[in-house]
Amino acid sequence: MALSCSRNRYLLLMAQEHLEFRLPEIKSLLSLFGGQFTSNQEIYGKSPFWILSIPSEDIARNLMKRTVCAKSIFELWGHGKSPEELYSSLKNYPVEKMVPFLHSDSTYKIKIHTFNKTLTQEEKVKRIDALEFLPFEGKVNLKKPQHIFSILEDYGLDPNCIPESPHNIYFGRWIADGQRELIESYSVKKRHFIGNTSMDAGLSFIMANHGKVKENDIVFDPFVGTGGLLIASAHFGAYVCGTDIDYNTVHGLGKASRKNQKWRGPDENIRANLRQYGLEKYYLDVLVSDASKPSWRKGTYFDAIITDPPYGIRESTRRTGSQKEIPKGIEKCPESHVPVSLSYHLSDMFFDLLNFAAETLVLGGRLVYWLPVYTPEYTEEMVPWHPCLQLISNCEQKLSSHTSRRLITMEKVKTFENRDQYSHLLSDHFLPYQGHNSFREKYFSGVTKRIAKEEKCSQE
Amino acid sequence: MKLLTHNLLSSHVRGVGPRGFPLRLQATEVRINPVEFNPEFVARMIPKVEWAALLEAADTLHLVEVPKEPIEGYEHDEKFLKKMHHVLLEVDVLEGTLQCPESGRLFPISRGIPNMLLSDEETET
Repeated sequence: MALSCSRNRYLLLMAQEHLEFRLPEIKSLLSLFGGQFTSNQEIYGKSPFWILSIPSEDIARNLMKRTVCAKSIFELWGHGKSPEELYSSLKNYPVEKMVPFLHSDSTYKIKIHTFNKTLTQEEKVKRIDALEFLPFEGKVNLKKPQHIFSILEDYGLDPNCIPESPHNIYFGRWIADGQRELIESYSVKKRHFIGNTSMDAGLSFIMANHGKVKENDIVFDPFVGTGGLLIASAHFGAYVCGTDIDYNTVHGLGKASRKNQKWRGPDENIRANLRQYGLEKYYLDVLVSDASKPSWRKGTYFDAIITDPPYGIRESTRRTGSQKEIPKGIEKCPESHVPVSLSYHLSDMFFDLLNFAAETLVLGGRLVYWLPVYTPEYTEEMVPWHPCLQLISNCEQKLSSHTSRRLITMEKVKTFENRDQYSHLLSDHFLPYQGHNSFREKYFSGVTKRIAKEEKCSQE
Repeated sequence: MKLLTHNLLSSHVRGVGPRGFPLRLQATEVRINPVEFNPEFVARMIPKVEWAALLEAADTLHLVEVPKEPIEGYEHDEKFLKKMHHVLLEVDVLEGTLQCPESGRLFPISRGIPNMLLSDEETET
């Protein structure tokens, strides 16, 4: 196996954000495009430099058309821990692979990026000149070169401790940039229709990537809210639909979530959000529906289910209730006259969600959802389990000192048969999970406040 | 609500099970919404369609030119796919009702959005 040969090695320059989410994103995307994640290097850490083997440049380009975690990708020609090592590594790179890009008819430019250090112009020029031994035959064009080459120098991650010499130096041919600009262009700040818990744009694209969403897929969100998660999938060419128990949100009515705005305007609904980005053709439908009581006929329709269920903090967790239980303060949905109960145990909700996913996902389809966690009590066993779904990744995002949420990605690997509905009850996994029910209480309880106060005292 | 969605919806009233499909459609306001034609997507949907239910709904809405069944080699038949595209994705029911064929329970559609909520007593446990 030619894993260590110098062919088909690429350098990914990663963004230093959402660190835990990056590897699952790249792995998911590579498998979406027919590649497989292979790397000799230990890259689970915080480094922004990842060296991977990718079967073809096409796959590398396709990867970059989707990723929001990676800034750029380079065809790696050489690297080392010192300039000498770099030059020697470059001399070992097969000349026949370099020549097509150094042709006398072509134009090029060499850039230099340094990480965690600033170089003077003089220092930069010196380093570029040192590469004169490479067989560049083309003409330099600084404005619009056909080929761009880059030297990347890694001076570590600690801004308070910058080394004299770089830890690593890389040289490669720039191939493509990632999609990080989507984060700005789809920013929630500019979106017409938002809710209290609309998802940050970067994370919504990461979720679509974890979900391996592709063109012509059908993506469903059972807790659709203002449809933010659907936008990312629609951007990648999937047709989208969703349901939500809240009539007002689905219809785009009621109080606005924006500061300085009281009521929602006529252009604020899920369809309008898609229209804002030119994605209206991907809008299938949204329905007012209770995710715990789905109304789909038996079958597998969804290629991906991507959702952010309510945690019971800023949006209440609810399901439809009984006519008998109408205590004070309960919401009544005016158009349907159905009482909506305010309590829906979180663990039941995740059980329903997993069961629903197992039943309605196509085989190989993915479920991507957020699981709120009270960190002091979290263990891996608490992550909900289902015999038809395989856990792919589990990435933490801290929310506060004692709470976080985890982005769980699962893949359907087994066809759903009715009896699966009950097997979880027999599983030990069910019991430790009860902790999630009290997530809301723990979040708000004096416990967390007391701990915070104690910590503050001990620091003084 | 598009007819593609209608084709996937079923009543979940207690005791009704698979007899809750298809929901009987009644429309008081319908709009034709042009949607960009994407033959690959339409071709993907064809195997998921329940034809009898689709024809019944199309009939209620007095739609013409609705193919009676998928034809051999439909994936490459642009005419067929265009017709299906229109029926499944461009016909939008704005106001109306969906009725459970077994229990008679009505689900309203308003502003193009069906409301499928049922109370505890009405749903299956």
